[in-house]
Amino acid sequence: MVEAVAITAKRRGALDHRSEAINGVSLQPAKPARRVSLRVRSDGLAPLSLALGLDLPSKPKTSVTANSRSALWLGPDEWLVIDDGEGDPIADLAGVSVLHSAVDVSHRNAAIIVSGEKAADVINAGCPQDLGLQAFPVGACSRTVLGKIEIVLLRTAPDTFRVECWRSFADYAFSYLSDAARGV
Amino acid sequence: MLLIHCPYCQEERPEIEFRNGGEAHIARSTNIAGESDEAFESFFFIRTNPKGLVYERWRHIHGCGRFFNAVRDSVTDKFLRVYKAGEPQPEPAEVMKTLPEHSAWENIPPADQNVATPARDRVSTDGEA
Ligand SMILES: [Zn+2]
Repeated sequence: MVEAVAITAKRRGALDHRSEAINGVSLQPAKPARRVSLRVRSDGLAPLSLALGLDLPSKPKTSVTANSRSALWLGPDEWLVIDDGEGDPIADLAGVSVLHSAVDVSHRNAAIIVSGEKAADVINAGCPQDLGLQAFPVGACSRTVLGKIEIVLLRTAPDTFRVECWRSFADYAFSYLSDAARGV
Repeated sequence: MLLIHCPYCQEERPEIEFRNGGEAHIARSTNIAGESDEAFESFFFIRTNPKGLVYERWRHIHGCGRFFNAVRDSVTDKFLRVYKAGEPQPEPAEVMKTLPEHSAWENIPPADQNVATPARDRVSTDGEA
């Protein structure tokens, strides 16, 4: 007789169990989120904004946040939508008939929350952008570089940043930021 | 590090966010299979490579992802003008008019520049652009 064996699988995040607090800077993995890579021409902005429940920003380096959902301007026809609440942006976009591309990249990325008075200095250890509050205010976002990898950076508060990177680069990004935090 | 103005992001961004895309304004034949070997060679391999004004494609690859065009001085490495893909190629003389008052050209004797006049004083294209 063969007996049925129940197999349980558990999802493991790329940065589970990693967290650091060094020199007043905290590094924490962001909680799981749904993410959509969105491409659309300007004539599709209105219907997509309506479906998503927020106004897709058209100004470079800006983001718009409504409840748990943020839309980050990445390029003139490209946005990254992040929702770390209950909502599912892909489902919300499913009924939109205007020509667009929405790709679920939820598990492509991992994110690190960098916070603390010297958060900008820590990120600047590997990111060449001007992260002063005037050049990169709260809500500013950009695809850019951190050390050897590409990231998407979002400033959620004067002393808090969200660093989005590809999942396989998460270890590198976390270690890079930890090292940088030791040096500030 | 150079700061390069991206016409889509509308601000100066660090050089390492960009990637060079080769010479700009090279039109691909609409009948590429009908090209002679010589014509294809010149389209595919031969570049002007001037000393002075160069018209280049650049991509803001680690930023907005867009391709755009730039006019650069290959001697000073200075970016003189950027414009969006699809916009007309600015005339060299027009670009020269907006050159900074002092450029690194002036530190190099004309004989060593292999040109008769400094870039900012040149108005003819002279096969250089
Ligand atoms: Zn750009």
